[in-house]
Amino acid sequence: MGKYLLQRILFMLLTLFIIISITFFLMKLIPGSPFAAAAKLSESQRAIMEAKYGLDQPLPIQYFRYMANVIQGDLGISFQFSNTPVTDLISGRIGPSAMLGLQAMIFGTIFGIFLGVIGALKQNTWIDSGSTLIAVLGKSIPSFVFAALLQYFIAVKLGWLPVAFWRGWEYSILPTIALSIFPISIAARFMRTEMIEVLSSDYIVLARAKGASSFEVAFKHALRNALIPVVTVLGPLAVSLMTGSLVVEKIFAIPGLGEQFVTSINVLDYPVIMGTTILFAALFIFIVLVVDVLYSIIDPRIRLSGGEN
Amino acid sequence: MESILQVKNLNISFNTYAGEVKAIRGVNFDLKKGETLAIVGESGSGKSVTTKSIMQLLPKSNSEIKQGSEILFDGKNLVELSDKEMEKVRGKDISMIFQDPMTSLNPTMKIGKQIAEPLIKHQSFSRKQAMDRALELLKLVGLPQPETRIHQYPHQFSGGQRQRIVIAVALACNPKVLIADEPTTALDVTIQAQILDLMKNLQKKIDTSIIFITHDLGVVANVADRVAVMYGGKIVEVGTVDEIFYNPQHPYTWGLISSMPSIDADDDELFVIPGSPPDLLNPPKGDAFALRNRYAMTIDLEEEPPMFKVSDTHYAATWLLHPDAPEVEPPLAVQKRQHKFRGNNHTEGDVF
Amino acid sequence: MVNNSNKKFPKEMFQKAQYDESLAEKIEKPSLSFWQDAWLRVRKNKAAIVSLVILTLLFIMALIGPYLSGHPTGQNVAHSNLPPKIEAISDVSWLPFDGTLTNRNGVTLTPYEDRQIEESYWFGTDSLGRDLFTRLWEGVRISLLIAFLATAIDMVIGVSYGAISGYFGGRVDNIMQRIIEILSGIPNLVIVILLILVLEPGILSITLALAITGWVTMARVVRGQVLKLKNQEFALASKTLGARDFRIIYKHLLPNLVGVIIINTMFTIPNAIFFEAFLSFIGLGLQPPDASLGTLIEDGFKVILLYPYMLLVPAVVISLLMITFNLLADGLRDAFDPKMRD
Ligand SMILES: Nc1ncnc2c1ncn2[C@@H]1O[C@H](COP(=O)(O)OP(=O)(O)O)[C@@H](O)[C@H]1O
Ligand SMILES: [Mg+2]
Repeated sequence: MGKYLLQRILFMLLTLFIIISITFFLMKLIPGSPFAAAAKLSESQRAIMEAKYGLDQPLPIQYFRYMANVIQGDLGISFQFSNTPVTDLISGRIGPSAMLGLQAMIFGTIFGIFLGVIGALKQNTWIDSGSTLIAVLGKSIPSFVFAALLQYFIAVKLGWLPVAFWRGWEYSILPTIALSIFPISIAARFMRTEMIEVLSSDYIVLARAKGASSFEVAFKHALRNALIPVVTVLGPLAVSLMTGSLVVEKIFAIPGLGEQFVTSINVLDYPVIMGTTILFAALFIFIVLVVDVLYSIIDPRIRLSGGEN
Repeated sequence: MESILQVKNLNISFNTYAGEVKAIRGVNFDLKKGETLAIVGESGSGKSVTTKSIMQLLPKSNSEIKQGSEILFDGKNLVELSDKEMEKVRGKDISMIFQDPMTSLNPTMKIGKQIAEPLIKHQSFSRKQAMDRALELLKLVGLPQPETRIHQYPHQFSGGQRQRIVIAVALACNPKVLIADEPTTALDVTIQAQILDLMKNLQKKIDTSIIFITHDLGVVANVADRVAVMYGGKIVEVGTVDEIFYNPQHPYTWGLISSMPSIDADDDELFVIPGSPPDLLNPPKGDAFALRNRYAMTIDLEEEPPMFKVSDTHYAATWLLHPDAPEVEPPLAVQKRQHKFRGNNHTEGDVF
Repeated sequence: MVNNSNKKFPKEMFQKAQYDESLAEKIEKPSLSFWQDAWLRVRKNKAAIVSLVILTLLFIMALIGPYLSGHPTGQNVAHSNLPPKIEAISDVSWLPFDGTLTNRNGVTLTPYEDRQIEESYWFGTDSLGRDLFTRLWEGVRISLLIAFLATAIDMVIGVSYGAISGYFGGRVDNIMQRIIEILSGIPNLVIVILLILVLEPGILSITLALAITGWVTMARVVRGQVLKLKNQEFALASKTLGARDFRIIYKHLLPNLVGVIIINTMFTIPNAIFFEAFLSFIGLGLQPPDASLGTLIEDGFKVILLYPYMLLVPAVVISLLMITFNLLADGLRDAFDPKMRD
């Protein structure tokens, strides 16, 4: 297990290194200077700015400098808010995003699992159809369309919840719902399939043959076995939340990472784009690792074979 | 002898996307107290469906036990029991061993708990008592180091060991009827023999009637008292082991016997019954076996044969037993056996 | 149960019947071909069939829709910001096609009457007075074009990569799998955004960015299938016999492979539609005057408080596209996936 973990972490660092490199060189490929469009600077003023940000150096030097800085936790200085380090911008913005992400993840998976289990237990009834419908809608309707509709109908038309901004917990409700619809649908579909498969497996038939009631069969035998693989979708779900946060934060004007990322893209603030990209990638890789480890912890089959090998 | 379980006029269908699969078409048999009844037939003949219906374990969503079917046990018709009443029968009075030990244990539950479960449920044992009894059972089925292994998960055991555990689960509450659905099919040959031995030993120790399902006539002789041969959702021949082995009447049974490797038969080529099982979506009009039967008569294509009585214990559903039917010569392997049957007085178990 | 029947049957019934061993083989279930079987299953799936019908209608509209309304495609500032109006159903009060608009204070505006506009715009007009019905179907056309192109590229790359990796196995497979592993370690979002920043938004760059991230899944499933098929008896048999039996390949290999490819494609298309719209929404979409579903939604969102119909119309259409594609894909998967067979 220890060796496996070490191997995984090394591989993770390698992937991260590749991502940072790709990001760096792609950014350098972007045509035009960041200062060309942003401000009406004269040729000489621009040169001064470029020198200030080290953009006049040869590419390899810029690359190594950037790498060295990243390793020390320095992601550079934002173009759009000059003098503000990217790390400061990010850490100032991470709170709302993390809160929204966590809320959506927890609410989404729990509610999704609930829907999936009910669907499987009440297979081919209207309850099942309802849960399937929610799942199909949740998977299909783009998060920004859903968020915009929620905002328009629930907040603007009905006035039940705040339309936008970030001034208290109630401001997070609509964005959380908007973000969680995808996790709900994925968790529900996955859980339903798993549960149905488990329910038709031999050991469930044996449990019934032992005289277990349908309740015992569902919750003592099936649920645990069906829940274990659900852990594997947590990774993709977390990623979907990152994607979703870009648009949902924009729609609800939430001062989070996603909203900042979108703004930075529109004004070509490279350091912030790169910093956020690296953060997203690192988070993604980390989550995948955590999920794998979690999986091996809760599944006795993997736990032991991992220990013996 | 007294019957403990009687199956009468059992008809079962499955609703599938392609139509109604008539899997069981009028099955009748009874299980006597203390005996071992083997049900033999090729894959798809309906053996598992029959046994699952006894336990009422067929998927509710797409299976239908037809009106008029009766499964009588202990004065009750199991087909008519409610779920709650049936739960009290399962695992307590009737229990079951499945074909594939690799998949029939819950992978995330320790085996001790899996054995203890029915004890706690049906016999109101405390956890402690149940675990003690589980340990006893593991010893009974011959699992090595039961004290430590009782706390392990299924994946830590080999296939043969798992089948022993499944047997322990089945025996936990001293059931009156034990159904073993191809308990050795998924195991390799040496392990098969061990499990069969175990079952034979247990047979002597415990006072349980056994339904032993298999597609391999070869293993039947050693374990069973009586044999029912199943084909296309029906029982086509039933009799004592000797009657089935030495005086088979149905051409399908002949086929099964001819395809069985035997020691004294010097003809080397194994016989294989040609063709494939009948389409149960549209069961054929006459005898379901007719098209694969080289002894088929015109009537076989038109009328379903009734059960003809051969002796008090021996019945077969073939028109060949009709008084008007011509004499036919069974396959050589069968003739040899019939010869033995008429000739000497054999002893039980001495069929090879 | 027992019936030593006394019922009389004519003697000739007991004559030996014609026995034909080949006949015995024939009583197998009428074996449906892979495609017939799959089609039978899809047809049973009502949601999939309804989706197929709706999708076909949407495709047809994407082709002919822009020419139906009779309004010129250009701008017409005099007709800006008109709400939807369809003469035939403008009296049905619960349908929003009466040409009126309620502003935030609850006042009902009647721009058609106010500005004395005779024509009616079925889905209204945008701030430049362009007919939204026309623009909508143009947008659907572009979105579908991008999605299909991206998916086609995906398929070519993914299938070749997966097939090569799976077929050669060994070292080649190992290296190719490592590459995939690293690639899938990078979130798609990141690559897509970076690529579009580099290439500048446009139909081609968006297509390319989507294709580059999408093929990995395809490569995976194709490789898995090829590996499985490679080890199956019929492939071994035809190899050892030295026979190049095209019928075997056609009957077994191809259907299995095509099955997974179709399923995967059906999931890739809605994904591409989504990503295109997503990119537009964060400002990386097509540049005006080109319209796609994404840019229409983005434009509509900007004026959601004043002219909600500008958002609602493309929002409904993209949702419809996504839902029907997903349902159809689900139906196909269930139909093709041998695991689901009973
Ligand atoms: N759940 C089911 N749905 C549809 N058909 C089934 C189902 N279970 C069994 N059958 C059909 O019933 C017939 C008998 O099956 P089974 O009893 O499992 O045969 P076996 O004798 O090999 O145990 C087969 O033709 C099979 O296709
Ligand atoms: Mg069976």
